[in-house]
Amino acid sequence: MKPKKTVFVTVGTTSFDALVQVASSRQLCQQFQALGYSKVLLQIGRGVYEPEPVSKRGFTVEYYRYKDSIAEDIKNASLIISHAGAGSVLESLGAGKPLIVVINQLLMGNHQMELAYQLYLDGHLLYATCCNLLEVLSELDTAKLKPFPPGDTSKFSNFLDKAMGLS
Amino acid sequence: MAASMSGTTLALGGAVFIVLLLFLRLVIILRSLGRGKLSRGSNGTRLKVLVIAGSGGHTTEILRLLGSLSDAYSPRVYVLADTDKMSEEKIRTFEAGREKDGRNSEFSLERIPRSREVRQSYITSVASTLYAALYSFPLVFRHSPDLILCNGPGTCIPICAAGFSMRLLGLKAVQQVYVESMCRVQTVSLSGQIMYYFADHLIVQWQSLKEKYPKAVYLGRVV
Repeated sequence: MKPKKTVFVTVGTTSFDALVQVASSRQLCQQFQALGYSKVLLQIGRGVYEPEPVSKRGFTVEYYRYKDSIAEDIKNASLIISHAGAGSVLESLGAGKPLIVVINQLLMGNHQMELAYQLYLDGHLLYATCCNLLEVLSELDTAKLKPFPPGDTSKFSNFLDKAMGLS
Repeated sequence: MAASMSGTTLALGGAVFIVLLLFLRLVIILRSLGRGKLSRGSNGTRLKVLVIAGSGGHTTEILRLLGSLSDAYSPRVYVLADTDKMSEEKIRTFEAGREKDGRNSEFSLERIPRSREVRQSYITSVASTLYAALYSFPLVFRHSPDLILCNGPGTCIPICAAGFSMRLLGLKAVQQVYVESMCRVQTVSLSGQIMYYFADHLIVQWQSLKEKYPKAVYLGRVV
């Protein structure tokens, strides 16, 4: 049996109905299937829009609202589509997963956007809006995304040791 | 009448003199930030660290930073907001991990009222920060740390103000280090902007911030 390739969509603690709606739309689901994904799992927070669960011919769409930790779902996913929240972004990149960040235009100017945008500029993730998610997805080349290694905490401890006169 | 007049004048004069002295001391301290040599306490080479666990991602980041520090940075006093449910567990897990690795895990926890909730207005923030300060001052004076380590958010301000006051009053040269979150790429947080003037070292993790805040320390990404 072919391993199930899952797309994990996460909106964080608030809601992002536009993303849930577009990511579970027929058009996107066709695209996911064409790319070889067999499951779409959505974490929808306190969104009003509830996607219609699908389960047919080896393709499923499921959703839930919250979990204590989404680490397991990130680990099991082959592609992550996330809101711009720093937590989800860092968790996804930390797990070494290809990531598309979809920006919520209603939240423009929020500082949370800064990090996602910078990481997009540095080539660690893809950046999309709800309107062009389909295009970004069809041009997706996960091999082009650069890994995002954790920062070097020893630079901090070395600096602090010097500043405190310990070394 | 005349006696009480001169008494009042004397008290006023004394007050003005003290205010002037404090102001002078403030100027001297502000000019010497980051250059001061640490005055060692009774602990020899150990440094008592007061760590502010700012909730959520802030706590995660500061624990990763702490993970890189040697056993000299102990004991550790963690300060967290009373509305913060998650941080305590993260801290206990972190310290238990240290103990398992045979490293020093001497720590304690302190709770204070939260000075600013997310999206709280600036005006009510001032009031709740003052309220949090009522708790923070005795806490800091009691622990009398060598180093205060923080990375925001607002909860750290009253604690840092207390640490700074200890220095202002000549009680102890409490060092303060503020590490801006990795999430801050283009703008420094409100607490970061305040601490830019009062911390011994403000560490930023992106070059773009170093350009805007030249006094800040840039070491690359540290978490």
